[in-house]
Amino acid sequence: MGIRIEKVDLPGIGVRHDLVTEGGRRISVVSHRDGERDLGVFDEDDPDACRNSVPLNDEEAAALADVLGASVMLSRLTSLSDETAGLYTEQIALPTDSPYLNRTLGDTKARTRTHASIVAIVRDGSVIPSPTPAERLRAGDVIVVVGTREGLDGVSRLLANGPD
Amino acid sequence: MHETTLLLIEAGALLLGMSLLGRLANAIGISAIPFYLLLGLAFGDGGFIPFDASEEFFETGSEIGVILLLALLGLEYTASELFGSLKSARAAGLVDALLNALPGAALALLLGWGPVAAVALAGVTWVSSSGVIAKLLRDLGRLSNRETPGILAVLVLEDLAMAFYLPILSALVIGLSLWQGAISVAIAVAVVSVILFVALRYGNLVSKLFPADQYEPLLLGVLGLTMLVAGLAAEVNVSAAVGAFLVGIALSGRVAENASQVLTPLRDLFAAIFFVFFGLTTDAAELVSMLLPALALAVVTILTKLATGVYTARKAGVGTLGQWRAGFALAPRGEFSIVIAGLAVGAGVAPQLAPLATGYVLITIIAGTFLARVPDAAWFRESVKRRRARQAG
Repeated sequence: MGIRIEKVDLPGIGVRHDLVTEGGRRISVVSHRDGERDLGVFDEDDPDACRNSVPLNDEEAAALADVLGASVMLSRLTSLSDETAGLYTEQIALPTDSPYLNRTLGDTKARTRTHASIVAIVRDGSVIPSPTPAERLRAGDVIVVVGTREGLDGVSRLLANGPD
Repeated sequence: MHETTLLLIEAGALLLGMSLLGRLANAIGISAIPFYLLLGLAFGDGGFIPFDASEEFFETGSEIGVILLLALLGLEYTASELFGSLKSARAAGLVDALLNALPGAALALLLGWGPVAAVALAGVTWVSSSGVIAKLLRDLGRLSNRETPGILAVLVLEDLAMAFYLPILSALVIGLSLWQGAISVAIAVAVVSVILFVALRYGNLVSKLFPADQYEPLLLGVLGLTMLVAGLAAEVNVSAAVGAFLVGIALSGRVAENASQVLTPLRDLFAAIFFVFFGLTTDAAELVSMLLPALALAVVTILTKLATGVYTARKAGVGTLGQWRAGFALAPRGEFSIVIAGLAVGAGVAPQLAPLATGYVLITIIAGTFLARVPDAAWFRESVKRRRARQAG
């Protein structure tokens, strides 16, 4: 099912975007002209009224969007592995003695060597979605990989031992 | 004492008093406008101390106040918002105009003030206060609510309607013969239409005149253009306020954003002076005699605004509670009502209009601020729910 986001003009103030969830709850974001946002959660009894609104500044809004966006991506990946035969997702912790520690993602040439894709890196509890080849791997990184079983094993080996 | 020294003392004392009253208003959560009006009433004509030395200072300040009030109102709206509201809320705007202008006109005729005063009082009761209501919606956390876009659209339409109403009123109050009056009204409407067209169509060209990121030249430039156009507009009987409003609309993009940032403190200062000055020149003794008609008018027009809000919200598919919220939120009248009354009284139409308008604005702002909170109260929500249950069962 497609997700519908409704846009409403608030003359003199900004715009409002509404999202109605499958469960019937309405969430809205008011974007003020000056970049301030209000995250509003609607009342269940009175679906026209905003029960609680949380003012967010530019950076807070972006951070929240990142968290929400990343979890959508990860959950989509999990469902993908259930539905699509032969394609799996794995989260691989970077071995502490990996030859690629503090080197860039591009150096691993993971996609060319294993035909599996690195789609995200989880670092310090936050997610770097779609990391670029220039992204440097750090100690403690968890790498999210999509590919065939063989491909995933290949990435695992590659990160632990370097190219065969 | 030297004239200038006296002016400094009077103006300083008054501004200091206004600051204290502003804090008080903030603390109890209502607009400061009624307090400024009351402060003005307490002093000046018919008050405790007449302010002689600073009268001229306050008069000039109040004129700049009206101009800035309207210019910033224009800056708030973009062309697409104006046209969007015009399309989506046409019916609501019409209901609003009819329901709320008629009681004012009727009262003026009833009091025997004549047709011109009737047009003026119709305007006083018609226009809700965008400033007070926008602040109210923000304070009550209702910006996300579903009835809010409808309320805002009604406010936009009222403001747009003022661009045509004010020049018509200024043509009428000059008191020309019917034929000459008709001509000057036609000229006024034509001029406003042309400026509005240019402002909406070529606004980006006007904005190019100003440097968006250099605050000092921006402030001086926008203020200068606004006062210049306001003055020229007044010269052709199109009311200075409307000229300022149109300049505000013509500016767009970053220039508009930054201009409203640098002009807002000035607007706050001079608009406050405008309200105090209106109080200063209004006789407090007459306010008492006009209190009863003002109260009656307020009761009737709060009900008609309630009907307007309910109609607007219902059309947008908002539930019962939301309809009540929209209705009560529209009740406060403010800056425009005073601008209209000032225009009419300044031209010598029915001098009692000033105390009536003052009393009326005082009552609607205070009552409106409290009424707006009623639909949030637990007992109110309960009773709406009970009624809905009864109707369902």
